[in-house]
Amino acid sequence: MNIKLKALTKSIWVFHAACSPCNNCDIEILDLLTPRHDIERLGMTLAASVRHADALLVTGIPNTKTKERLKTLYEQAPKPCVVVAIGTCACGRNMFRDSYNSPCNIDDIVPVDVYIPGCPPKPEAMIAGVAKLIEKLKSK
Amino acid sequence: MLKLIFNFLIFPGFLFASCVGLIAGWVDRKVTARIQWRVGPPWYQNFVDIIKLSGKEIIVPQGAKAIFLLSPFAGLLSAVLAAVILGRSILVPAQSFVGDLIVLLYLLVIPAASLIFGASSSRNPLASVGASREMKMVLGYELPFILVAVVAIIKCEGAVKLGNILSYQMSFTSNLILPSGWVSPSGLIAFSVAILCMQAKLGFVPFDAAEAEQEIMGGTLIEYSGLPLAVFKLTKALLLYTMPLLLIVLFWGKDLRPAFLIVKYVSLLVVVILIKNTNPRLRIDQALRFFWGPMTVLALVAVVLALFGI
Ligand code: SF4
Repeated sequence: MNIKLKALTKSIWVFHAACSPCNNCDIEILDLLTPRHDIERLGMTLAASVRHADALLVTGIPNTKTKERLKTLYEQAPKPCVVVAIGTCACGRNMFRDSYNSPCNIDDIVPVDVYIPGCPPKPEAMIAGVAKLIEKLKSK
Repeated sequence: MLKLIFNFLIFPGFLFASCVGLIAGWVDRKVTARIQWRVGPPWYQNFVDIIKLSGKEIIVPQGAKAIFLLSPFAGLLSAVLAAVILGRSILVPAQSFVGDLIVLLYLLVIPAASLIFGASSSRNPLASVGASREMKMVLGYELPFILVAVVAIIKCEGAVKLGNILSYQMSFTSNLILPSGWVSPSGLIAFSVAILCMQAKLGFVPFDAAEAEQEIMGGTLIEYSGLPLAVFKLTKALLLYTMPLLLIVLFWGKDLRPAFLIVKYVSLLVVVILIKNTNPRLRIDQALRFFWGPMTVLALVAVVLALFGI
Protein backbone atom coordinates (compact mmCIF):
# COMPACT_ATOMS: atom_id res chain seq x y z
CA MET A 1 0.00 0.00 0.00
CA ASN A 2 1.45 3.37 -0.89
CA ILE A 3 2.07 6.15 1.59
CA LYS A 4 -0.54 8.54 0.26
CA LEU A 5 -3.31 5.98 0.63
CA LYS A 6 -2.07 5.21 4.12
CA ALA A 7 -2.17 8.92 4.93
CA LEU A 8 -5.69 9.06 3.55
CA THR A 9 -6.89 6.40 5.96
CA LYS A 10 -5.44 8.37 8.86
CA SER A 11 -6.92 11.72 7.92
CA ILE A 12 -10.39 11.42 6.43
CA TRP A 13 -12.03 14.81 6.13
CA VAL A 14 -15.75 14.36 5.88
CA PHE A 15 -18.24 16.55 4.12
CA HIS A 16 -21.79 16.48 5.31
CA ALA A 17 -24.11 16.12 2.33
CA ALA A 18 -27.62 16.33 3.75
CA CYS A 19 -29.88 15.01 1.02
CA SER A 20 -33.35 15.83 2.43
CA PRO A 21 -33.08 13.84 5.67
CA CYS A 22 -35.37 14.31 8.66
CA ASN A 23 -32.33 15.86 10.39
CA ASN A 24 -31.98 13.16 13.01
CA CYS A 25 -29.11 11.51 11.20
CA ASP A 26 -27.34 14.88 10.94
CA ILE A 27 -27.61 15.40 14.67
CA GLU A 28 -26.10 11.98 15.24
CA ILE A 29 -23.25 12.87 12.88
CA LEU A 30 -22.57 16.00 14.90
CA ASP A 31 -22.52 13.79 17.99
CA LEU A 32 -19.39 12.23 16.56
CA LEU A 33 -17.55 15.47 17.19
CA THR A 34 -18.55 15.74 20.84
CA PRO A 35 -16.26 14.75 23.73
CA ARG A 36 -17.81 11.31 24.13
CA HIS A 37 -16.97 10.08 20.64
CA ASP A 38 -14.41 12.63 19.36
CA ILE A 39 -13.52 11.35 15.89
CA GLU A 40 -10.67 13.86 15.71
CA ARG A 41 -8.75 11.12 17.53
CA LEU A 42 -8.81 9.27 14.22
CA GLY A 43 -7.80 12.36 12.28
CA MET A 44 -11.30 13.03 10.97
CA THR A 45 -12.69 16.54 10.82
CA LEU A 46 -15.67 18.16 9.20
CA ALA A 47 -14.52 19.86 6.01
CA ALA A 48 -16.04 23.23 5.27
CA SER A 49 -15.89 22.97 1.50
CA VAL A 50 -16.49 19.90 -0.64
CA ARG A 51 -13.15 20.56 -2.36
CA HIS A 52 -11.42 19.56 0.86
CA ALA A 53 -13.46 16.41 1.40
CA ASP A 54 -12.30 12.80 1.36
CA ALA A 55 -15.65 11.31 2.27
CA LEU A 56 -19.21 12.41 1.61
CA LEU A 57 -21.60 11.55 4.40
CA VAL A 58 -24.96 11.31 2.68
CA THR A 59 -28.12 11.28 4.77
CA GLY A 60 -31.76 11.11 3.74
CA ILE A 61 -33.62 10.22 0.59
CA PRO A 62 -32.76 12.04 -2.61
CA ASN A 63 -35.76 13.87 -4.02
CA THR A 64 -36.02 15.35 -7.48
CA LYS A 65 -34.10 18.45 -6.43
CA THR A 66 -31.41 17.11 -4.14
CA LYS A 67 -30.73 14.30 -6.61
CA GLU A 68 -29.06 16.78 -8.99
CA ARG A 69 -27.26 18.52 -6.12
CA LEU A 70 -25.79 15.28 -4.82
CA LYS A 71 -24.51 14.41 -8.27
CA THR A 72 -22.86 17.83 -8.60
CA LEU A 73 -21.35 17.53 -5.13
CA TYR A 74 -19.81 14.18 -5.97
CA GLU A 75 -18.37 15.58 -9.18
CA GLN A 76 -16.94 18.56 -7.28
CA ALA A 77 -15.14 16.44 -4.71
CA PRO A 78 -11.47 15.68 -5.47
CA LYS A 79 -10.83 11.98 -6.05
CA PRO A 80 -10.16 9.62 -4.33
CA CYS A 81 -13.40 10.28 -2.52
CA VAL A 82 -15.61 7.74 -0.79
CA VAL A 83 -19.35 7.95 -0.17
CA VAL A 84 -20.89 6.82 3.09
CA ALA A 85 -24.66 6.34 3.22
CA ILE A 86 -25.84 7.06 6.74
CA GLY A 87 -29.26 6.01 7.98
CA THR A 88 -31.89 3.66 6.67
CA CYS A 89 -33.20 6.38 4.38
CA ALA A 90 -29.87 6.67 2.61
CA CYS A 91 -29.38 2.91 2.52
CA GLY A 92 -32.64 1.95 0.91
CA ARG A 93 -35.24 4.73 1.27
CA ASN A 94 -37.08 2.87 4.01
CA MET A 95 -40.78 3.71 4.05
CA PHE A 96 -40.37 6.52 1.55
CA ARG A 97 -39.67 4.07 -1.24
CA ASP A 98 -43.06 4.58 -2.91
CA SER A 99 -43.24 8.27 -2.14
CA TYR A 100 -44.19 10.55 -5.05
CA ASN A 101 -41.07 12.72 -4.75
CA SER A 102 -38.50 10.02 -4.23
CA PRO A 103 -37.27 9.09 -7.68
CA CYS A 104 -34.29 6.86 -6.90
CA ASN A 105 -31.86 5.46 -4.37
CA ILE A 106 -28.61 7.16 -3.44
CA ASP A 107 -26.59 4.38 -5.01
CA ASP A 108 -28.32 5.03 -8.32
CA ILE A 109 -26.71 8.48 -8.33
CA VAL A 110 -23.29 8.04 -6.74
CA PRO A 111 -21.23 4.91 -5.96
CA VAL A 112 -21.70 4.18 -2.26
CA ASP A 113 -18.80 2.52 -0.40
CA VAL A 114 -20.27 1.93 3.04
CA TYR A 115 -23.86 1.60 4.20
CA ILE A 116 -24.62 2.35 7.83
CA PRO A 117 -28.24 1.41 8.60
CA GLY A 118 -30.24 2.61 11.58
CA CYS A 119 -32.89 5.25 12.10
CA PRO A 120 -30.81 7.13 13.09
CA PRO A 121 -27.68 4.96 13.45
CA LYS A 122 -25.85 5.28 16.75
CA PRO A 123 -22.54 7.16 16.66
CA GLU A 124 -20.89 3.88 17.65
CA ALA A 125 -22.35 2.27 14.56
CA MET A 126 -20.96 5.09 12.45
CA ILE A 127 -17.49 4.65 13.93
CA ALA A 128 -17.74 0.90 13.24
CA GLY A 129 -18.74 1.76 9.67
CA VAL A 130 -15.75 4.05 9.33
CA ALA A 131 -13.47 1.30 10.62
CA LYS A 132 -14.84 -0.98 7.89
CA LEU A 133 -14.29 1.81 5.38
CA ILE A 134 -10.63 2.10 6.40
CA GLU A 135 -10.24 -1.68 6.03
CA LYS A 136 -11.75 -1.43 2.59
CA LEU A 137 -9.43 1.40 1.58
CA LYS A 138 -6.44 -0.53 2.85
CA SER A 139 -7.28 -3.55 0.74
CA LYS A 140 -7.38 -1.41 -2.40
CA MET B 1 26.40 29.12 -1.91
CA LEU B 2 25.89 25.58 -0.64
CA LYS B 3 25.49 26.97 2.85
CA LEU B 4 22.81 29.36 1.64
CA ILE B 5 20.87 26.54 0.03
CA PHE B 6 21.25 24.49 3.18
CA ASN B 7 19.98 27.46 5.19
CA PHE B 8 17.02 27.92 2.91
CA LEU B 9 15.95 24.32 2.52
CA ILE B 10 16.86 22.60 5.75
CA PHE B 11 17.95 24.62 8.77
CA PRO B 12 16.57 27.14 9.81
CA GLY B 13 14.54 27.23 6.62
CA PHE B 14 11.89 25.12 5.01
CA LEU B 15 12.27 21.69 6.61
CA PHE B 16 12.98 22.77 10.16
CA ALA B 17 10.48 25.62 10.20
CA SER B 18 7.67 23.60 8.71
CA CYS B 19 8.27 20.70 11.10
CA VAL B 20 8.18 23.05 14.08
CA GLY B 21 5.15 24.82 12.64
CA LEU B 22 3.25 21.60 12.03
CA ILE B 23 3.99 20.38 15.54
CA ALA B 24 2.88 23.77 16.88
CA GLY B 25 -0.29 23.29 14.87
CA TRP B 26 -0.75 19.96 16.59
CA VAL B 27 -0.25 21.64 19.98
CA ASP B 28 -3.01 24.02 18.96
CA ARG B 29 -5.40 21.21 18.03
CA LYS B 30 -4.51 19.16 21.10
CA VAL B 31 -4.92 22.03 23.58
CA THR B 32 -8.19 23.01 21.89
CA ALA B 33 -9.38 19.42 22.23
CA ARG B 34 -8.39 19.26 25.90
CA ILE B 35 -10.20 22.54 26.58
CA GLN B 36 -13.30 21.00 25.05
CA TRP B 37 -12.75 17.85 27.11
CA ARG B 38 -11.88 15.77 24.06
CA VAL B 39 -8.83 13.61 23.37
CA GLY B 40 -7.56 15.28 20.22
CA PRO B 41 -5.49 14.01 17.32
CA PRO B 42 -2.13 12.19 17.55
CA TRP B 43 1.05 14.28 17.25
CA TYR B 44 1.72 13.37 13.61
CA GLN B 45 -1.76 14.39 12.47
CA ASN B 46 -0.74 17.56 10.61
CA PHE B 47 2.04 15.75 8.74
CA VAL B 48 -0.43 13.09 7.67
CA ASP B 49 -2.86 15.77 6.51
CA ILE B 50 -0.21 17.39 4.34
CA ILE B 51 0.85 14.06 2.79
CA LYS B 52 -2.75 13.11 2.16
CA LEU B 53 -3.60 16.44 0.54
CA SER B 54 -0.59 16.23 -1.75
CA GLY B 55 -1.91 12.92 -3.07
CA LYS B 56 -5.40 14.17 -3.89
CA GLU B 57 -6.73 15.38 -7.19
CA ILE B 58 -6.08 19.05 -7.99
CA ILE B 59 -9.23 20.68 -9.28
CA VAL B 60 -8.94 23.98 -11.13
CA PRO B 61 -12.30 25.71 -11.36
CA GLN B 62 -13.53 26.63 -14.81
CA GLY B 63 -12.11 29.94 -16.02
CA ALA B 64 -9.55 30.30 -13.22
CA LYS B 65 -6.30 32.02 -14.16
CA ALA B 66 -2.79 30.60 -13.73
CA ILE B 67 -2.50 32.73 -10.60
CA PHE B 68 -4.85 30.28 -8.94
CA LEU B 69 -2.09 27.66 -8.91
CA LEU B 70 0.91 30.02 -8.62
CA SER B 71 -0.15 32.12 -5.65
CA PRO B 72 0.07 29.37 -2.98
CA PHE B 73 3.71 28.84 -3.93
CA ALA B 74 4.46 32.56 -3.80
CA GLY B 75 3.05 32.59 -0.28
CA LEU B 76 5.07 29.56 0.72
CA LEU B 77 8.33 30.92 -0.68
CA SER B 78 8.03 34.24 1.10
CA ALA B 79 7.07 32.54 4.37
CA VAL B 80 10.16 30.31 4.07
CA LEU B 81 12.32 33.32 3.32
CA ALA B 82 10.97 35.12 6.38
CA ALA B 83 11.69 32.06 8.51
CA VAL B 84 15.26 31.90 7.15
CA ILE B 85 15.99 35.59 7.78
CA LEU B 86 14.62 35.36 11.29
CA GLY B 87 16.38 32.09 12.05
CA ARG B 88 19.72 33.38 10.74
CA SER B 89 19.52 36.54 12.80
CA ILE B 90 18.89 34.49 15.93
CA LEU B 91 21.75 32.08 15.17
CA VAL B 92 24.32 34.71 14.18
CA PRO B 93 23.05 38.19 15.14
CA ALA B 94 26.20 39.81 13.74
CA GLN B 95 25.49 38.72 10.17
CA SER B 96 22.10 40.32 9.60
CA PHE B 97 21.81 43.07 6.96
CA VAL B 98 20.53 46.62 7.28
CA GLY B 99 16.77 46.89 7.16
CA ASP B 100 16.04 43.18 7.43
CA LEU B 101 13.22 44.01 9.84
CA ILE B 102 11.50 45.98 7.07
CA VAL B 103 12.06 43.16 4.58
CA LEU B 104 10.61 40.76 7.10
CA LEU B 105 7.50 42.87 7.62
CA TYR B 106 6.93 42.90 3.86
CA LEU B 107 7.58 39.18 3.47
CA LEU B 108 5.05 38.41 6.16
CA VAL B 109 2.32 40.24 4.22
CA ILE B 110 2.85 38.19 1.06
CA PRO B 111 1.16 35.00 2.38
CA ALA B 112 -2.01 37.00 3.04
CA ALA B 113 -1.69 38.66 -0.36
CA SER B 114 -1.29 35.29 -2.04
CA LEU B 115 -4.44 34.11 -0.32
CA ILE B 116 -6.26 37.16 -1.68
CA PHE B 117 -4.94 36.65 -5.23
CA GLY B 118 -5.69 32.95 -5.23
CA ALA B 119 -9.16 33.40 -3.86
CA SER B 120 -10.11 36.14 -6.24
CA SER B 121 -8.83 34.25 -9.27
CA SER B 122 -10.94 31.20 -8.38
CA ARG B 123 -14.15 32.91 -9.53
CA ASN B 124 -16.11 31.62 -6.59
CA PRO B 125 -18.44 34.23 -5.03
CA LEU B 126 -17.81 32.98 -1.49
CA ALA B 127 -14.06 33.03 -2.12
CA SER B 128 -14.30 36.64 -3.23
CA VAL B 129 -16.19 37.50 -0.05
CA GLY B 130 -13.36 35.82 1.85
CA ALA B 131 -10.74 37.69 -0.20
CA SER B 132 -12.34 41.05 0.51
CA ARG B 133 -12.50 40.24 4.21
CA GLU B 134 -8.87 39.14 4.21
CA MET B 135 -7.93 42.39 2.50
CA LYS B 136 -9.69 44.46 5.15
CA MET B 137 -8.09 42.38 7.86
CA VAL B 138 -4.62 43.00 6.43
CA LEU B 139 -5.34 46.73 6.28
CA GLY B 140 -6.54 46.52 9.86
CA TYR B 141 -3.70 44.74 11.59
CA GLU B 142 -0.76 46.03 9.58
CA LEU B 143 -1.05 49.58 10.94
CA PRO B 144 -0.72 48.75 14.65
CA PHE B 145 1.79 46.01 13.86
CA ILE B 146 4.16 48.40 12.12
CA LEU B 147 3.77 50.93 14.95
CA VAL B 148 4.67 48.16 17.36
CA ALA B 149 7.80 47.36 15.37
CA VAL B 150 8.66 51.07 15.57
CA VAL B 151 8.42 50.84 19.36
CA ALA B 152 11.03 48.07 19.36
CA ILE B 153 13.27 50.13 17.08
CA ILE B 154 13.00 53.22 19.30
CA LYS B 155 13.72 51.21 22.43
CA CYS B 156 16.87 49.77 20.85
CA GLU B 157 18.12 53.26 19.95
CA GLY B 158 17.19 53.16 16.30
CA ALA B 159 18.44 49.74 15.31
CA VAL B 160 16.63 48.50 12.20
CA LYS B 161 18.72 45.36 12.01
CA LEU B 162 17.25 42.33 13.73
CA GLY B 163 20.77 41.43 14.82
CA ASN B 164 21.29 44.83 16.46
CA ILE B 165 17.89 44.69 18.16
CA LEU B 166 18.87 41.32 19.58
CA SER B 167 22.38 42.26 20.65
CA TYR B 168 21.09 45.48 22.24
CA GLN B 169 18.62 43.50 24.30
CA MET B 170 21.25 40.92 25.18
CA SER B 171 23.74 43.47 26.41
CA PHE B 172 21.19 45.67 28.25
CA THR B 173 17.72 44.37 29.08
CA SER B 174 14.85 42.97 27.07
CA ASN B 175 12.42 45.53 25.72
CA LEU B 176 9.81 44.46 28.27
CA ILE B 177 11.99 45.52 31.21
CA LEU B 178 13.44 48.95 31.98
CA PRO B 179 17.16 49.18 32.83
CA SER B 180 16.10 50.05 36.39
CA GLY B 181 14.47 46.63 36.71
CA TRP B 182 10.85 47.76 36.47
CA VAL B 183 8.41 46.53 33.85
CA SER B 184 8.52 48.89 30.90
CA PRO B 185 5.01 50.27 30.20
CA SER B 186 5.70 50.96 26.53
CA GLY B 187 7.19 47.52 26.02
CA LEU B 188 4.29 45.81 27.73
CA ILE B 189 1.63 47.73 25.80
CA ALA B 190 3.38 47.16 22.51
CA PHE B 191 3.82 43.47 23.27
CA SER B 192 0.12 42.99 24.03
CA VAL B 193 -0.85 44.81 20.83
CA ALA B 194 1.62 42.66 18.91
CA ILE B 195 0.09 39.46 20.30
CA LEU B 196 -3.36 40.49 19.07
CA CYS B 197 -1.93 41.45 15.66
CA MET B 198 -0.24 38.06 15.53
CA GLN B 199 -3.59 36.43 16.25
CA ALA B 200 -5.07 38.20 13.23
CA LYS B 201 -2.07 37.43 11.05
CA LEU B 202 -2.33 33.75 11.84
CA GLY B 203 -6.02 33.85 10.96
CA PHE B 204 -7.14 32.51 14.32
CA VAL B 205 -10.44 33.14 16.04
CA PRO B 206 -11.59 35.91 16.84
CA PHE B 207 -10.08 37.30 13.62
CA ASP B 208 -10.83 34.46 11.20
CA ALA B 209 -13.76 36.06 9.37
CA ALA B 210 -11.97 35.49 6.06
CA GLU B 211 -12.02 31.74 6.53
CA ALA B 212 -15.25 31.37 8.45
CA GLU B 213 -16.30 27.75 7.96
CA GLN B 214 -19.84 28.21 9.13
CA GLU B 215 -20.87 31.22 7.06
CA ILE B 216 -18.75 31.25 3.91
CA MET B 217 -17.55 27.62 3.89
CA GLY B 218 -13.82 28.15 4.14
CA GLY B 219 -13.93 31.51 2.35
CA THR B 220 -10.60 32.08 0.65
CA LEU B 221 -9.73 28.38 0.60
CA ILE B 222 -13.08 27.15 -0.70
CA GLU B 223 -11.96 26.22 -4.23
CA TYR B 224 -8.57 24.79 -3.30
CA SER B 225 -7.99 21.06 -3.25
CA GLY B 226 -5.02 18.72 -3.25
CA LEU B 227 -1.48 20.09 -3.43
CA PRO B 228 -2.27 23.86 -3.46
CA LEU B 229 -4.36 23.40 -0.33
CA ALA B 230 -1.49 21.51 1.27
CA VAL B 231 0.81 24.40 0.37
CA PHE B 232 -1.53 26.88 2.02
CA LYS B 233 -1.64 24.71 5.14
CA LEU B 234 2.16 24.59 5.15
CA THR B 235 2.33 28.35 4.80
CA LYS B 236 0.02 28.65 7.81
CA ALA B 237 2.33 26.34 9.74
CA LEU B 238 5.37 28.41 8.75
CA LEU B 239 3.66 31.57 9.95
CA LEU B 240 2.85 29.83 13.20
CA TYR B 241 6.59 29.26 13.54
CA THR B 242 7.71 32.72 12.41
CA MET B 243 5.30 35.09 14.13
CA PRO B 244 5.87 34.15 17.79
CA LEU B 245 9.60 34.04 17.08
CA LEU B 246 9.49 37.55 15.62
CA LEU B 247 7.73 38.85 18.72
CA ILE B 248 10.34 37.18 20.90
CA VAL B 249 13.13 38.80 18.88
CA LEU B 250 11.49 42.22 19.02
CA PHE B 251 10.56 42.31 22.68
CA TRP B 252 11.74 39.36 24.66
CA GLY B 253 15.24 38.78 23.37
CA LYS B 254 17.24 39.00 26.56
CA ASP B 255 18.23 35.37 26.75
CA LEU B 256 18.00 33.23 23.66
CA ARG B 257 19.61 30.02 24.73
CA PRO B 258 17.67 27.09 23.19
CA ALA B 259 15.89 26.08 26.39
CA PHE B 260 14.76 29.66 27.09
CA LEU B 261 13.77 30.16 23.47
CA ILE B 262 11.57 27.05 23.52
CA VAL B 263 9.91 28.05 26.79
CA LYS B 264 9.20 31.55 25.44
CA TYR B 265 7.89 30.17 22.15
CA VAL B 266 5.59 27.67 23.80
CA SER B 267 4.22 30.20 26.27
CA LEU B 268 3.39 32.63 23.42
CA LEU B 269 1.76 29.74 21.57
CA VAL B 270 -0.38 28.87 24.57
CA VAL B 271 -1.49 32.50 24.92
CA VAL B 272 -2.56 32.51 21.28
CA ILE B 273 -4.43 29.23 21.69
CA LEU B 274 -6.19 30.43 24.83
CA ILE B 275 -7.31 33.63 23.10
CA LYS B 276 -8.50 31.49 20.22
CA ASN B 277 -10.55 29.21 22.40
CA THR B 278 -12.20 31.76 24.63
CA ASN B 279 -13.47 34.22 22.06
CA PRO B 280 -16.23 34.19 19.46
CA ARG B 281 -15.53 35.31 15.92
CA LEU B 282 -15.71 39.06 15.30
CA ARG B 283 -17.54 40.45 12.31
CA ILE B 284 -15.14 42.02 9.85
CA ASP B 285 -16.28 45.58 10.63
CA GLN B 286 -15.84 44.95 14.34
CA ALA B 287 -12.35 43.56 13.74
CA LEU B 288 -11.39 46.53 11.59
CA ARG B 289 -12.73 48.98 14.16
CA PHE B 290 -10.87 47.09 16.87
CA PHE B 291 -7.54 47.38 15.09
CA TRP B 292 -7.86 50.93 13.83
CA GLY B 293 -9.39 52.12 17.08
CA PRO B 294 -8.08 50.83 20.42
CA MET B 295 -5.11 48.91 19.03
CA THR B 296 -3.70 51.79 16.99
CA VAL B 297 -4.25 54.22 19.86
CA LEU B 298 -2.47 51.87 22.25
CA ALA B 299 0.38 51.39 19.79
CA LEU B 300 0.72 55.18 19.43
CA VAL B 301 0.75 55.55 23.20
CA ALA B 302 3.51 52.95 23.32
CA VAL B 303 5.50 54.87 20.69
CA VAL B 304 5.21 58.09 22.69
CA LEU B 305 6.14 56.35 25.94
CA ALA B 306 9.11 54.75 24.21
CA LEU B 307 10.24 58.17 22.99
CA PHE B 308 10.22 59.32 26.61
CA GLY B 309 12.33 56.33 27.47
CA ILE B 310 9.93 54.38 29.67
S1 SF4 C 1 -32.75 7.22 8.62
FE1 SF4 C 1 -34.27 7.86 10.13
S2 SF4 C 1 -33.24 9.44 11.28
FE2 SF4 C 1 -32.10 9.20 9.39
S3 SF4 C 1 -32.94 10.70 7.99
FE3 SF4 C 1 -34.06 8.79 7.66
S4 SF4 C 1 -35.86 8.93 8.96
FE4 SF4 C 1 -34.39 10.49 9.67
